[in-house]
Amino acid sequence: MFNSLSDRLTATFKNLRGKGKLTEADVDATVREIRRALLDADVAVPVVREFTAAVKERALGAEVNEALNPAQLIVKIVNTQLQEILGGETRRIRMAKSGPTVIMLAGLQGAGKTTLAGKLGNWLKSQGHRPLLVASDLQRPNAVTQLQVVGDRAGVPVWAPHPGTTSEFDDPTGDPVQVARDGVAHARAKLFDVVIVDTAGRLGVDQALMAQARDIRDAVDPQEVLFVIDAMIGQDAVQTAQAFNEGVDFTGVVLSKLDGDARGGAALSVASVTGKPIMFASTGEGVKDFEQFHPDRMASRILDMGDVLTLIEQAEQNWDRAEAQKMAQKFADQEDFTFDDFLVQMQQLKKMGSMKKLLGMMPGMAGMREQIEAFDESSIGRIEAIIRSMTPHERAAPKILNGSRRARIAKGSGATVSEVNQLMERFMQAQKMMKKMAQGKGIPGMPGGMPGMGAGAGGGAAMPGMGGMPPMPGMGAGGKGKVKNAKGKKKGSRSGNPAKRAQENAAATTKQSVAGSAFGAPAQQEPDLKDLPKGFEKFLK
Amino acid sequence: MFVYVIVAVVILAILGFVLLRGPKAPPGGYESTRDADDPAPGGSGDSNDDVAPTSTEDVPAATTTKRKVDRPESVSSRMARLRGRLSKSNNLFGRGLLALLSRDRIDQDVWDEIEETLLLADLGSEASMDLVEALQKRVKVEGTQDPVRVKAMLREELLTVVDPTMDRSLAIERKDLAPAVILVVGVNGVGKTTTVGKLARVLVAEDKDVVLGAADTFRAAAADQLQTWGNRVGVVTVRSETEGADPASVAFDAVKVGIEAESDVVLLDTAGRLQNKAGLMDQLGKIKRVVSKAAEVDEVLLVIDATTGQNGMVQAKVFSQAVDVTGIVLTKLDGTAKGGIVVAIQRALGVPVKLIGLGEGPDDLAPFDPEQFVDALLD
Repeated sequence: MFNSLSDRLTATFKNLRGKGKLTEADVDATVREIRRALLDADVAVPVVREFTAAVKERALGAEVNEALNPAQLIVKIVNTQLQEILGGETRRIRMAKSGPTVIMLAGLQGAGKTTLAGKLGNWLKSQGHRPLLVASDLQRPNAVTQLQVVGDRAGVPVWAPHPGTTSEFDDPTGDPVQVARDGVAHARAKLFDVVIVDTAGRLGVDQALMAQARDIRDAVDPQEVLFVIDAMIGQDAVQTAQAFNEGVDFTGVVLSKLDGDARGGAALSVASVTGKPIMFASTGEGVKDFEQFHPDRMASRILDMGDVLTLIEQAEQNWDRAEAQKMAQKFADQEDFTFDDFLVQMQQLKKMGSMKKLLGMMPGMAGMREQIEAFDESSIGRIEAIIRSMTPHERAAPKILNGSRRARIAKGSGATVSEVNQLMERFMQAQKMMKKMAQGKGIPGMPGGMPGMGAGAGGGAAMPGMGGMPPMPGMGAGGKGKVKNAKGKKKGSRSGNPAKRAQENAAATTKQSVAGSAFGAPAQQEPDLKDLPKGFEKFLK
Repeated sequence: MFVYVIVAVVILAILGFVLLRGPKAPPGGYESTRDADDPAPGGSGDSNDDVAPTSTEDVPAATTTKRKVDRPESVSSRMARLRGRLSKSNNLFGRGLLALLSRDRIDQDVWDEIEETLLLADLGSEASMDLVEALQKRVKVEGTQDPVRVKAMLREELLTVVDPTMDRSLAIERKDLAPAVILVVGVNGVGKTTTVGKLARVLVAEDKDVVLGAADTFRAAAADQLQTWGNRVGVVTVRSETEGADPASVAFDAVKVGIEAESDVVLLDTAGRLQNKAGLMDQLGKIKRVVSKAAEVDEVLLVIDATTGQNGMVQAKVFSQAVDVTGIVLTKLDGTAKGGIVVAIQRALGVPVKLIGLGEGPDDLAPFDPEQFVDALLD
């Protein structure tokens, strides 16, 4: 089964090697696959139609690049096109010249407006502002209470003169327009510089409520009207976005629940239909799970290509800091990777969720999709059992494992001796691999040879020879389609793929690599910040 | 921090290398989940973390007093009212198809448009394409060029996919010693609590004795919201007074209260959780296991928002893995969204839609009627 666009395109182009130009038939086949991928990602049908037409036009005009095979070329075109629509620049909140800046939130029920109000408040506070939350959602039961709770969590005061409804059975009594107006007046009097107005969720077709939203808008004259939309929304995104655009003429979009695994095609639909920028993404339940939107990452996500950045982010959130440092130190010192380390890291990984999912996020894992699909999560438990049946000495020095020790381990863990042997064998290989990597040689025997690497999220960013292991600063550059070489890469380790090699050479001439081990002593490296994609700085703290 | 990045990537690569090399199990797999000499399940070897509190001290059950209790609308009058609304909500889709099928010839454009219309209803690319293919085949076999006939065929095909013969009844009958237990699950913001409240009203209207369990201990004010629903129809709501209490223990207490009060149904509301949060999904599994120690869970309802796109399929898959979903509640059908993803879900997983939510009113919950659903699509 094909899972990602790059897989599918690679298959479509299998017989295309050596062609210098894409024929119309080739492009048609490709466009069908792209259409399917976009539809699977919930991009709205009219937007898909427009998009594929544009891609087709560009693809027909493009010469097949020396460094990129046709599949990579098309992916690159698609990626650029996506980023164009999603908007390249992150737009900042417009602040009022005098008096408080008013931000109004609008959206469907359950999109996450109230939660977002708290997050936005928290974020603004951390930026040195004095925000005030205004509870204008008098419709939903307990919305006011909820806003007070999130305000509390965020440490932001809440203006809630009216208790709102506490059940589905009270008729909403208060006037949300008045509450909003008073809230802004209160903010002005008490010198709050940002006012966030939380409004009730409403359907696009509900004329009465839409008119009410417009009234609130007219009453408070907001600098920004943010339309909050669920990343999981399907084809209805277009209709809803249009209704809200006409209703309240929003100035920006916030994508919520982006921490789920929805591919978020809605982002593309909304941006394309309304032309309004996506400004923020809400990525979790805590008040701090909030960030500026990254168009480049979203593009890879919609296309379901390996998302290293998300992977890294998850790692950062879940990984035990001390453990990670210890591990990195070991790596730098080229110490042996022991079963103990393996066990610890496995525990950490478990915290990050399903192993299948994680492995799938690795770029270049595309070719191993089937193996990943077939992977049984419970086998981790079996491996753990085997390792736990070893003595500490055995874990540190697996070489001492002789026949009788293995038999004992097998007995202790409920496995067979051959399973223990298998694990040992693979572990030894992994250990070797680890050593080689630490010396900066890349992964020698990665099964499947990491096909499709170059077609990863970077739209043709080469990660030559290194398989899935590019050193850090180079990795992020992919988002901008920049080609950057591995730091400290040995001259001898050239890629076997002529296309990749060409790219490597190009990269080598354009970028002066810093000498030193790719992974060793990261503190000494001076990361080239301006070459990293937006939002990446935070990984370099 | 560089460290995380490097470690994450390296470890994953290593793990990928170690784990993805062939099966660990013997060829052909293990025949059963336990060996012949394993002790029987339920023995002393059971893990401890599932043991629910036996006393209700730490989670006091707040019994609500009966004040003015209102009488929910009866099922038949509810149906008549909602029928009208459903056909209204879906007529955009219907109109499109009607215009398209009023042509006198069937060419590729027509097929493309049929497919597009199905896609617009969130049926998903796979289901849509399959449906169109099946239809094309039938049209070829019958050699018809009559759009009216094609429309009838499309209706039949859609109906076959939705499958009216499927059992869509809720397990709401009291078992010998214990009440029927219904667990309501779903992602954030789809309307779980509201669904539980509405369902309680339906059950009360059917003269059932109901207990509500507010196992959503995470979202601010969720328990209050549920309790309000309960108070309105004079139903006991079991909740925890402390925020962030163990949801499994609240659920267990609710079922205990239900058993002691000899009620018919216990409805358990849970916190919204995204399906890719492994920890939260484990927590859900725990809720179900713990509840099962008091009374078997008869029904697990997954609430899906009609606006949800293809991610709905992932939700259904993951929630099914965790708690074995037995039915779907499709909410917010009163908007412009069609909720076609449920067709794809049913096709793939065989989990039927059992209830639909058609608005914010307290009695806007109706049983799912396949014929009506499809008719509304083609109206």
